[in-house]
Amino acid sequence: MVGIGLGLLAFWLALPPLAARTVLWPILVGILAAAAGIWTVSRGERRIGWGALAAAALGIGGGILATRSSLGNLDTVVVWSTLLGATLRFATPLTFAAIGGMFSERSGVVNIGLEGMMLMGAFFALWGAERSGSWAIGLLVAMAAGGGLALVHAFFAIHLRADQIVGGTAINFLALGITGYLFIDIYGTERGTPQGIPAIPDVRLSFLDDVYFLGPVFGQLNLMIWLSFVVLVVSYVVMFRTPIGLRIRSVGEHPRAADTVGISVYRIRYASVVLSGVLAALGGAYISIGFVGSFAENMTAGRGFIALAALIFGGWRPFGAFAAALLFGFSSALAQRLPVYSESGALLFQSLPYVLTLIAVAGVIGRSIPPAAIGRPYRKQ
Amino acid sequence: MSEPERPQEGDAEQAPGSQVPAERTGGDYAPSVAERLALFQRAGGIATPLLTAAFAFFVGGLVVLVTTGKNPLRTYQAIFDGSGLNWLFPWITSEERTLAAFNLQYTLLLTTPLILTGLAVAFAFRCGMFNIGGQGQYTVGAVVAVWVGSSFAGMAGVAHALLAIVLAVLAGALWAGIAGLLKATVGAHEVISTIMLNWIALWVGSFLFTLGGPLQDSDQPGVPVSGSVQEGAKLLVFWGEPELQGLHIGLFVAIGALVAFWVMLNRTTLGYEVRAVGFNPEAARYGGISVARNYFLAMAISGAFAGLAASLDVLGWQFRISETDVQISQIGFIGIAVALLGRNTAVGIGFAALLFGSLLNGASTRNLDPEIFKPELAGNLTLLIQGLIVLFVGADVLVLYLWQLRRRVKLRVARAGT
Repeated sequence: MVGIGLGLLAFWLALPPLAARTVLWPILVGILAAAAGIWTVSRGERRIGWGALAAAALGIGGGILATRSSLGNLDTVVVWSTLLGATLRFATPLTFAAIGGMFSERSGVVNIGLEGMMLMGAFFALWGAERSGSWAIGLLVAMAAGGGLALVHAFFAIHLRADQIVGGTAINFLALGITGYLFIDIYGTERGTPQGIPAIPDVRLSFLDDVYFLGPVFGQLNLMIWLSFVVLVVSYVVMFRTPIGLRIRSVGEHPRAADTVGISVYRIRYASVVLSGVLAALGGAYISIGFVGSFAENMTAGRGFIALAALIFGGWRPFGAFAAALLFGFSSALAQRLPVYSESGALLFQSLPYVLTLIAVAGVIGRSIPPAAIGRPYRKQ
Repeated sequence: MSEPERPQEGDAEQAPGSQVPAERTGGDYAPSVAERLALFQRAGGIATPLLTAAFAFFVGGLVVLVTTGKNPLRTYQAIFDGSGLNWLFPWITSEERTLAAFNLQYTLLLTTPLILTGLAVAFAFRCGMFNIGGQGQYTVGAVVAVWVGSSFAGMAGVAHALLAIVLAVLAGALWAGIAGLLKATVGAHEVISTIMLNWIALWVGSFLFTLGGPLQDSDQPGVPVSGSVQEGAKLLVFWGEPELQGLHIGLFVAIGALVAFWVMLNRTTLGYEVRAVGFNPEAARYGGISVARNYFLAMAISGAFAGLAASLDVLGWQFRISETDVQISQIGFIGIAVALLGRNTAVGIGFAALLFGSLLNGASTRNLDPEIFKPELAGNLTLLIQGLIVLFVGADVLVLYLWQLRRRVKLRVARAGT
């Protein structure tokens, strides 16, 4: 564990504000990290040891790269406070969708359709806000749309006992078709969405203005980001500290047992899947009317799947999923700022979050244990 | 089409022991994807995919009617004519026939890769995996094909084309193989990993052809497009004008791939093992089959089909790829609907690919009269129909239920008669 930390430290040493201008320090710390890694491997803790080795390699490589590139570029890329703010912005839709996915999957229903539900939320939030002139109504419409699509998924997965992965894929196709169709039918291809759609406001905390570091990061965040923190805490409490959460989890672990003690498996699953759709739609709504201010076809661009990976990465727990979402958000934020180094590379850096997700899924998935009854339709006897 | 067996919900006593071990048929038991498929095939025959498609088109028609107030039948007829399938009708005039032949050539051009991306999904499906990565595998194949096809200027034509195809096939196989390997070794779910690979392929592909990208055509510095395929490496056009996107011999390659798919699955050891793993990985493992090896191989072969699709497209009629081509291509995704509608069988995939090829071409901006229906809308209508088809194909229980209802009604009628 220390090795991983040391490896990351090696990288960090070379970055502002410390910005060691010699290659020596990162390499030295990196070697220490590698040593710690090898020691761990030899003691039998293979995964952690290899992780430390990887971190060491990353630290040394990154450190060398960083010291060789010009200081000016480095300062534009690595402004920690801005980067963290951007991380939060990119992580918020993922957090919403991942927590939504947690409810669905904890109750035993795989939700590959998160992506589609986000997309529905993104479009209908915009449509609702534009029609009513109020972002709050936009949010409500988005929640209804996401919940509605989730209800379709729930019906096919629970009552018709369809394969949940095929069903979820169908949900994604449907969402693409529905939003794309309505988008062109209502707004047209040339004009796009109109300007001046009521956006979700930012929350300005003026008392933080002068506080070092916290000011730039938390001083002006979107309302939805704060809401995501609230959802995070509430969902943790509900899932692990209340009878409702216990019921959801028992339905996902052993539906027959839950049924025997009088819990309605179907009802819990329906509620959980619909709730997941509502939360995913909130994440989508944040993208369209909180962040971008317009809609484009397929604008969620695979974020639903990244959220799913974050959920698995986080071991089907709210805070774990949130941490993973932050990690993916950070990589997106970094991808956005890296093109300072190379204009044409901008497109290449776009793939960073996806590569990271792939690595995360490959490296961690074996260790995180899914709910026992996940993906299995339940048939009442 | 005798009585459908229902191992996934029957009691242990009733379940036919030949296929499903008794201990796996409890109430909580969920069948594997391939097992469901077998069930679905027994239950539905040819009627269910037809019904599914018909229902999806019906809902699509309703959408047209409600949102635009236009006659859905006329819209569908315009799409049909645009697809050039009216070429098959003997009664059309010779003028119409020329146009129809032109349209049909383009429809078949689209059908060719759809057959192959459909196979890419179907092969993995038979091994119990859901390959959503056809799009990424297609992109990787296309990049390799266009790169090989546009370089090596001095090479002999046929060898050049073959080299491009083989390398593209290998690239597709490798790309899919990553997901197969991850599934086989650490158990990463193939749905997530293939989707991530799709996005990685999309951005890397865009990067290669963008302005200043490594594979961007140096002769046209202002256009984000690849170099053109050498004259000699282009595939032979056997119907229509080569300049006007006539039909190339790739269609026969695709049909050959359908045959190869059938032979591989039903007449080889590999196919037997792949299907065994798809039906029940535990039982296959117990029977001495290496599950991990088959996961990897099935994914790699799937990717090979997608890579082949891309190479035929590039060498047959596209000849160059632009940055936007990489980003908007949907061929791989439609392959999912093709495979599911074709019920993962060779013949079914052939027909389903033709259906979606016609739909794509008939609903394209080129062919659909905006007076009748906006083509941009029709494109999304295609997506909608696709989604509905996947949704209902997945719901085999609904099909079984309807099927049994029919039998019950028949029984009741018979009883009432006596």
